[in-house]
Amino acid sequence: MPGFLLQRAGQALVTILGVATLIFFVQRLTGDPTYLLVPETATKADIDALRHALGFDRPLVVQYLDFLADLARFDLGQSVVQRVPVLTIIGSRLPYTLMLAAGALTVACGIGIPIGILLAVFRDSAIAKAAAGFVLAAQSMPTFWSGILMIMVFSVLLGWLPPSSTGDLRHLVMPSFALGLLSMATFARIARSALLDELSKDYARTARSRGVRTPRLLLRHIARNASIPVITVLALEISNLLAGAVIVETVFAWPGIGQVTVQAILARDFMIVQGVVLLGAFVTVALNLISDVLYSVVDPRIVLDGAR
Amino acid sequence: MSAVAASRLRQGLGLRRWWPLTIVALVVLAAIFAPWLAPYDPNTQNLVGRLKPPGTVSRAFHYWLGSDELGRDVLSRIIYGSRVSLVVAFASVILSGTVGTTLGMIAAYRRGWVETLVMRVVDVFLSIPAVLLAIITVAVLGPSLVNVIMVLALTRWPRYARVAYSQTLSVATMPYVRLAALMGAGAPRVMFRHILPNIIGAVSVVATLEFGLMILFEAGLSFLGLGVQPPTASWGSMLSTGRNYVATAWWVATLPGLCLFVLVLAVNLTGDAVRDRLDPRFR
Repeated sequence: MPGFLLQRAGQALVTILGVATLIFFVQRLTGDPTYLLVPETATKADIDALRHALGFDRPLVVQYLDFLADLARFDLGQSVVQRVPVLTIIGSRLPYTLMLAAGALTVACGIGIPIGILLAVFRDSAIAKAAAGFVLAAQSMPTFWSGILMIMVFSVLLGWLPPSSTGDLRHLVMPSFALGLLSMATFARIARSALLDELSKDYARTARSRGVRTPRLLLRHIARNASIPVITVLALEISNLLAGAVIVETVFAWPGIGQVTVQAILARDFMIVQGVVLLGAFVTVALNLISDVLYSVVDPRIVLDGAR
Repeated sequence: MSAVAASRLRQGLGLRRWWPLTIVALVVLAAIFAPWLAPYDPNTQNLVGRLKPPGTVSRAFHYWLGSDELGRDVLSRIIYGSRVSLVVAFASVILSGTVGTTLGMIAAYRRGWVETLVMRVVDVFLSIPAVLLAIITVAVLGPSLVNVIMVLALTRWPRYARVAYSQTLSVATMPYVRLAALMGAGAPRVMFRHILPNIIGAVSVVATLEFGLMILFEAGLSFLGLGVQPPTASWGSMLSTGRNYVATAWWVATLPGLCLFVLVLAVNLTGDAVRDRLDPRFR
């Protein structure tokens, strides 16, 4: 187990180094990143002063090593507009995004997995076909459109839910559904294919021939085996939800990281944008590592293979 | 015509099978013939006819699908907006597909350090949420049609590279490929003449599924103000401005969103059909 974990942690570290390198060079796609940080009305003297203050006039290698050293200390720089550390800004908005992601994940798993089970167990029935249609529609619906439609129906027309901002739990309902619907489709598809795969195996057929009823078969025999692909998707989907929050938070004026990113782009506050992207990438890598560990808990054979 | 072929043709002509492709074809035709189909210029303003509901007549305008906040015809803007969605999706899929497939093939055929390098880079790209990578790159390059295409190609090529890599690994060990190499065919000839035709099916499956996603990505970037810039009509930017009028003018946001939804649904269904045809696991 420790060998397996060390190997995976090493891979994650290499990926994070790669991500940081990619972001560093993306920032320099147009040459001098100083121009990303100054308002369009800035004079040449202002630009030169900022370039010197941020060290962009030093050799590229020195800048790169400095950038990595800052990252190692969890220093994401300072917002050029607000003059506050990027980490402080992200930290103040993170709880809102996490709340939204948790709500969306509840919608995605709470609806998606039961639909997946329905699609696998009652194949070809009318209800399964209707559920498949719902999944397909959810997969094709842009989050910003479903969000706007929900505001029109539930806020403007019926007046049941608040249209935007934060407050009590009612504020969380529409953003969670708008963000969670796309992931719901993914969970339904994965749960369906994982269940069908397991149901066709010998042990499941043997259990059935011994008279084990479907609910018990699913819970006692199949659930654990079928959960591996679902865990993989869970890790991927959480990072997708964090990224998707950029659009949903804009629609619902939700004060999370997504909203601050869009505001930062409009205000040319590039350090915040860079910080959010780095954070998103780190979260993705960390989640993949956690899902690797979870596999080994669910399926001990994976640890043996990894240690070999 | 044999009986089998006739039966296949009948099955193939079923409405259920063809409606997604028909919708995609209609949108493509609308985009190509936009100047002839659109009743008005998409950017002509009529300030006295602002936010008029569908069916209103104002001055020389007959707003079949209503007007927006500047009195522009929503129908004409939807027709012209389809051009942006399709051009971005086509171009980014072709660009990312070509780059990804070539790199994936080279990695699997060359093996060694090339394989390690390419597949590590693929891992790095896949570990950054695509939306965030697209946002930061557009923020650096500045929003424009060409930049959106470049950004989507940059963020999506690893999907193709992964598929091309795994497919090439299995094809490259086949006797006819080895024989071609033994007979003196160079690596480019082996890859593009002998391996590519055998992996193009799997790559096409990814491409059709990616096409719908690219339409959504473009609309998402335009929605955030990072896509094509005003006054050029795009469904995403129409939705973005329509958001401000949900209480007073539902049509401004609802109709472009509906077009986006129907097109992506049709593309996804077409993609599923292509996968069923080309991927043996789904037969």
